[in-house]
Amino acid sequence: METTINLQVLRYIPEKDPDPFYQEYEVPLREEWVILDALNYIKDQIDGTLSYRWSCRMGVCGSCGMMVNEKPILTCETFLEKYMPGPIRIAPLNYFGVIRDLVVETDGFMEKVKRVKPWIIRDKEKAPLEGEYLQTPEELSEYKQYSMCINCMLCYSACPVVGLEPQFIGPAAIALAQRYNYDNRDEGQNQRNDVLLTDDGIFECTLVGECSEVCPKKVDPAGAIQRYKVQGATEWWTSVLLPFGKK
Amino acid sequence: MQKKRSNDPFWWTLFGAGGTISAFFIPVHVLLFGIAMPLGWISVPDYETLLQLAQHPVTRLYIFALVSLSLFHWAHRFRYTLYDGLMLKHLEHYIFIFCYGSALAGTVITGVLIWTI
Ligand code: SF4
Ligand code: FES
Repeated sequence: METTINLQVLRYIPEKDPDPFYQEYEVPLREEWVILDALNYIKDQIDGTLSYRWSCRMGVCGSCGMMVNEKPILTCETFLEKYMPGPIRIAPLNYFGVIRDLVVETDGFMEKVKRVKPWIIRDKEKAPLEGEYLQTPEELSEYKQYSMCINCMLCYSACPVVGLEPQFIGPAAIALAQRYNYDNRDEGQNQRNDVLLTDDGIFECTLVGECSEVCPKKVDPAGAIQRYKVQGATEWWTSVLLPFGKK
Repeated sequence: MQKKRSNDPFWWTLFGAGGTISAFFIPVHVLLFGIAMPLGWISVPDYETLLQLAQHPVTRLYIFALVSLSLFHWAHRFRYTLYDGLMLKHLEHYIFIFCYGSALAGTVITGVLIWTI
């Protein structure tokens, strides 16, 4: 007989039951299976009502993040065997509203991401005929790491400050702001500072560091925030000591 | 609508400076006065020499910065420990005044003591 492993999945079906509850499933324990395969097995073979998000199955789209045994992970990247002998507890990502079962509300996150103006800002655009904006490999490496983010939101679920201060703009959005601040083609840092040097911005961070621990893409948002704090402090002292040079 | 920029960078600068200076120099003091001298690795300077050293303007400035910045480092850490660790964010204003106020009081006392050595 095939060995199985026990999955305890947090269900939330608002039209039936106002309270979430754990439901248990026995799934085959196959060597090559990740958690997402087990969820797909449940959906196809045991219980078609289970809802969750996924798409690429290869750690690229960022949609399959869940809390597995209390830790935020990408379920398409994490093997069942790691949790031998089980049980495995699966719940929606921490600190997000739940729409149904494992599907969370992402609007707040998307709004935060947009707020940092994650695009190249120029005071004056070059005319197309003047050619492209060239960049050396060194200039690219300044920000490349921060451009690897897949918006999986694991870092928000890992961050206790996000839990306590829901308005905190959060790790991924700050790392994304740095992705543009460190891009030599960009001139928008001052506009981003208006968002990130306020009370909801970078100084909410108390350097817990969990965001960088859980990030599947090694973006190191905690490092991005620390670097931003130094920039923010420099900015503050300049505006106090040279009040006439600045607006 | 543009939100007001925060003044936290000021407190954070003191916090960062305090963390750096105490991490670098307190171990030196512990090593000298806490380990090396009691174990007799180096000879113990007499009171007069130490007093003279402490009265030197550079030493005064150094002790003042070391103590004051370390206090502000503590204040910032403790402020957030109370906010997040003990969930006292609703007492924000009192905590703010208590933490940085204590550091400020400590700074004044340090200043007076060092001045009058
Ligand atoms: S920074 Fe890392 S953990 Fe956070 S959303 Fe981006 S990829 Fe995910
Ligand atoms: S399914 Fe795309 S990252 Fe997991």
